Amino acid sequence: MRMRTLELSVGLFMLIGFASLAVLALQVSGLSWAPEKGSYTLYASFENIGGLTERSKVTVAGVTVGRVTKITLNKETFSGVVEMAINAEYDNFTADTTAAILTAGLLGEKYIGLISGADEELLKNGAMIEDTQSALVLEDLIGQFLFNKVNE
Amino acid sequence: MIARLRMIGRSGLNVLQVFGRSGAFVAQSLIGVPNLKRALPLFIRQLYAVGVLSLPIIVVSGLFIGMVLSLQGYTILVDYGSEQAVGQMLALSLVRELGPVVTALLFAGRAGSSLTAEIGLMKATEQITSLEMLGIDPLRYVIAPRLLAGFFAMPLLVMIFNVVGVWGGYLVAVDWLGVYDGSFWSNMQNSTDFYSDVMNGVIKSIVFAFAVSWIAVFQGFDSVPTSEGIGRATTKTVVYSSLAVLGLDFILTAVMFGDF
Repeated sequence: MRMRTLELSVGLFMLIGFASLAVLALQVSGLSWAPEKGSYTLYASFENIGGLTERSKVTVAGVTVGRVTKITLNKETFSGVVEMAINAEYDNFTADTTAAILTAGLLGEKYIGLISGADEELLKNGAMIEDTQSALVLEDLIGQFLFNKVNE
Repeated sequence: MIARLRMIGRSGLNVLQVFGRSGAFVAQSLIGVPNLKRALPLFIRQLYAVGVLSLPIIVVSGLFIGMVLSLQGYTILVDYGSEQAVGQMLALSLVRELGPVVTALLFAGRAGSSLTAEIGLMKATEQITSLEMLGIDPLRYVIAPRLLAGFFAMPLLVMIFNVVGVWGGYLVAVDWLGVYDGSFWSNMQNSTDFYSDVMNGVIKSIVFAFAVSWIAVFQGFDSVPTSEGIGRATTKTVVYSSLAVLGLDFILTAVMFGDF
């Protein structure tokens, strides 16, 4: 009898421990249990990516549709090329879609906002978004402001 | 002068000898195929002693540490208008550092010291010698289940500590201080990565479990079999394992999270 309660409590302890790991995975780190839904890749090249990092959000009208998967430098044009994995559900971006690097709040995280255009053609897997708007860099803004002041 | 030099040499050799002895001790007790039918009940009994009985202290301290982190983080972050980031701060500091380290320190105090005292008393009352005379290997029968239970129990305790800590922080931040629920979780989930944060915490906890149980069991087995010797061995267990945990933590953090 004594052994049974002992085994029971040990079993319960182990169960709680592994359940905690599951909670950490799902709730705290946001690991999704569902198999990775199909996604396709889009590229966008920016003059300046600012503080954009991998795993940043890609949004349309504020709704997250994908993530930034890789950021590389184009060695010929010296522009930042951002690779994005877009949820396969949203496959109807027009060819003249524009991408902009936006900031959540004044000093918050950087993310990419896509705005679909009116073209008939759609962006395919691996397509490059040409019409982009770089990140706002605070120092550049201040510099421009000072420059204009001096010119006045 | 020469006598001094000899003294330094002798103490150095002694330290090396202790390391060698403890390494051989662990290797001897763990190597070999255990008799599952006989070893499993022993293992479960030890898992109960070091795991289940450590639960209350782990849960209570996890709760309070999570709450305090949240409270402190909030008072600082609210100055910058980014109090939602409290979720991120809470989860990262718990999962990466405080969870494994504090659990290991508590584990050394709660389970490690009792392991040392128990084995030391077994030695003092010559139970270990009598096991040997009966032809039972005390390393396999007494030491191995305790070591394995320690290795196994501590990572689980760390997971429980982390979850309770996050919950405590959530209570303070969201229910008491009024941080918006959705941004609390989304900030946390955006910043915490399962592999590089949670799993590295698990690896840390496994390393600490190894260090603490090893030190505790070896100190008990190596103690001078008198009441004073057992007392000293217990103190050594707590001191050495705390130092080992903190030192190892720095090294592991540098390897896991340092960018070099």
